[in-house]
Amino acid sequence: MTDDILRMRGITKTFPGVKALQDVNLSVRQGEIHAICGENGAGKSTLMKVLSGVYPHGSYEGEILFDGDPCRFATIRDSEQRGIVIIHQELALCPQLSIAENIFLGNERAARGLIDWNRTNHEAGGLLTRVGLRENPVTQVSDIGVGKQQLVEIAKALSKEVRLLILDEPTAALNDEDSAHLLDLLRGLRDEGITCVIISHKLNEVMAIADSITILRDGRTIETLDMKTDHVTEDRIISAMVGRDLENRYPPHEPKIGDEALRIEDWTVHSPTQRERKVVSGAGLTLRRGEIVGLAGLMGAGRTELAMSVFGRSYGTDISGRIYRDGKLVEIRSVRDAIDHGIAYATEDRKRYGLNLIDDIKRNVSAAQLSKLASRGWINDNEEYRVAEDFRASMNIKAPSVLSVTGKLSGGNQQKVVLSKWIFTDADVLILDEPTRGIDVGAKYEIYSIINHLADQGKAIMVISSELPELLGLCDRIYTLSAGRITGEVSRQDATQERLMQYMTKGQE
Amino acid sequence: MSSISPAGADVTPGGKDAGPAGPPGRTSLFGISLNIRQSGIYIAFALIVVLFSVLTDGALLQPQNISNIIVQNSYILILAIGMILIIIAGHIDLSVGSVVAVTGAIAAVLMVNYGVPWPLALLLTLIAGGLIGAWQGFWIAYFGIPAFIVTLAGMLLFRALTLTVLGNQGIGPFPDPVRTLANGFTDGYLGNIGLGPLGGADLFSILVGVIAVAGMATSQWRTRSARLRYGQDVDPPALFLLKIIAGAVVVMAVVVQLARFKNLPWVLVLLAFLVLGYSLITTRAVFGRRIYAIGGNLQAAMLSGVKVKSVVFWIFVNMGVLAALAGVIFAGRLNQAGPTAGNSFELDAIAAAFIGGAAVQGGVGKVVGAITGGLIMGVINNGMSLIGAPSERVMLVKGIVLLAAVAFDVWTKRRAGSAA
Repeated sequence: MTDDILRMRGITKTFPGVKALQDVNLSVRQGEIHAICGENGAGKSTLMKVLSGVYPHGSYEGEILFDGDPCRFATIRDSEQRGIVIIHQELALCPQLSIAENIFLGNERAARGLIDWNRTNHEAGGLLTRVGLRENPVTQVSDIGVGKQQLVEIAKALSKEVRLLILDEPTAALNDEDSAHLLDLLRGLRDEGITCVIISHKLNEVMAIADSITILRDGRTIETLDMKTDHVTEDRIISAMVGRDLENRYPPHEPKIGDEALRIEDWTVHSPTQRERKVVSGAGLTLRRGEIVGLAGLMGAGRTELAMSVFGRSYGTDISGRIYRDGKLVEIRSVRDAIDHGIAYATEDRKRYGLNLIDDIKRNVSAAQLSKLASRGWINDNEEYRVAEDFRASMNIKAPSVLSVTGKLSGGNQQKVVLSKWIFTDADVLILDEPTRGIDVGAKYEIYSIINHLADQGKAIMVISSELPELLGLCDRIYTLSAGRITGEVSRQDATQERLMQYMTKGQE
Repeated sequence: MSSISPAGADVTPGGKDAGPAGPPGRTSLFGISLNIRQSGIYIAFALIVVLFSVLTDGALLQPQNISNIIVQNSYILILAIGMILIIIAGHIDLSVGSVVAVTGAIAAVLMVNYGVPWPLALLLTLIAGGLIGAWQGFWIAYFGIPAFIVTLAGMLLFRALTLTVLGNQGIGPFPDPVRTLANGFTDGYLGNIGLGPLGGADLFSILVGVIAVAGMATSQWRTRSARLRYGQDVDPPALFLLKIIAGAVVVMAVVVQLARFKNLPWVLVLLAFLVLGYSLITTRAVFGRRIYAIGGNLQAAMLSGVKVKSVVFWIFVNMGVLAALAGVIFAGRLNQAGPTAGNSFELDAIAAAFIGGAAVQGGVGKVVGAITGGLIMGVINNGMSLIGAPSERVMLVKGIVLLAAVAFDVWTKRRAGSAA
């Protein structure tokens, strides 16, 4: 056990109302590649933030031993001084600065306060060779692709004499070629004696590169597997990741499935920032009246992007494909078009995209379909009040009055306001993105009941969720999305978490 | 967490869900609830008026002086109406001073140099203002350049255009009807009426005042009874009556003073219509609601199907038209269009909006608030010049008032936030 570079013991981290980590243990051996696997929200990123000092010592329980010494990091700088460097999923580079400037950001090669540009660019060149990036160090970072930017991040880590390199989903945004190069580089670094911790959803990659794997679930350590001694298969990892019993948290529901309401064919969407990258490619799916359809996918699979691009092209560029509403081919060019065609999209981030938080319940409910309350451009505000009051009663929105400001409501009540807004548009197709995110258990049950009720009214519903049990408990049929492609379609009877996870982790073949 | 699973049970009312969510800043005073944040501005205005009345031995409220305050500030108030819409949407317009200058110059060239009949010339000037607004609105809404930059450029562009049109001199004089609109008063159509110790006053003006008050009271009454029918909360009858009486007293006091001087200024009539119209647009119209939605949360507005670009475009067109109206009135008042007309008007209009309760982040503000903000500055200007304060001290006080008003707004907001 003396060859462990890192040991984290009994780590517990609590956020208001949620235990994100509970008595987590992690041991990483010197010079290995250690993978951490788990579902969205299992606590992987939180654990790494505890380790790197993003959450300072004292904000969690448990202890961290690095090289056998107890560590009490107050900031990221403290952990970097010990040689622990974390590379986040969202790259932290300044796009307007050069590669060399980024590598030495906060760690400038300077003498008496003045930057030594020769040394900066020369040393940067050396680091770029080490990571296998053939670019001029003075090139602006915005001019190179994401794959190369990832390598710049690693070069930056190497400049700090890294001993433990942590990568959070390093290949999520990369294509196959760049991913392969990155994995090769990690093997090379391992041979140089640098220890890596890699968080990844792509199990084939994990199988290919890791020496050992720790699996987290619901904020707890499930097990640590050694690739050499344990008989490890993807199935075994999956069952450890999802092995949670489904409790009776979902209201019972008998679906009454009717005609097709929405069909998407050959739907392809490109990223607005990297125009050559396909975020969704060739996706097709069908929603029927009275049916609740789930869309499962890991972070970065393109779920929200798919939904928003269908909802009036509110995400993405260079979108192609066909949308059929009630069997008829329709052209939807704007959010207004989508609403007019009876499509609604309730966002996953209701504070940023869903509500006007400084305005009251009444005006938020009416916001998407004011024309129903107006004649010749003038609003009947008494009718508006009545409509909002009706929703407050029927949706059980807990607020003193509909004139209450939505920013002060709890998450569950805010979500009910968002749902009211979309129900008020008389939409036949409702796309609900993470409808229960950040909502406590009691309110979740209410939201599920509302969704069932909407389906019974003959509406077609698609639920996007990171929580597989939620999809299994709620949906009549589930599509899986991986790397922008629909990789599976499973009916309620055939759906298991293991099966879904298999489809969700399918690579791009 | 997962232990609280209602197995087939009915909806569990989560205790955490029922948070307090009343409107912020309400304090109960003798059973009358008072919204400090919303009414603070009116209280401040009343205090400032009282203060300067005392300091000037009542000269502030003399008939002629009230008339002066209205006429001298009319163009700023017109600009403030347009500006508040832009600020609610989360934008800004720095160019209005230069637009006032260039539209005044256009009006002068048309009326004086080319002898175009004044109604047509006025119309053409307003259209020119609209085109200027469309030009800026295009770059802001459809090209995506921040309004700060576009209108900063506009400030230079339209000042340059003014100088090009006028050379280095003023053009005038304006036709009489235009001067009357800017500077004149309604005729004494019905003769005078004796008001006892107050002396004679214009009967027509007083009748207009009475009709306005009656109209205001009936519309308030009808709004109140409609709300009651829908079971909404309304002010208790005593408070409702108190508000109506207070409003009526203020309006009638101003009207009587004006009637004792030279009747109603035409710009006041114009302003009254503008304030009424734009208040209705902001509170009752779909278009107005969209402005608030955009300023409150741009992303949410977009995802609710609001055509953000078109709304932003049209509020800048509207600003251009109002700036042209202000430009004609300002030039008409001076009886000449000058190259320095409208200098720093944009700052007064912006200050009026913020003193009147607009939020820097957008989404908040009222037309009446902006008008009150403009009047607060007008009264400070006027009152301080009456007591003979030098102009640098006037500037100092206006600066402090602006800062204090926004600081108060931020403070009440923060207090409301932490109280929850």
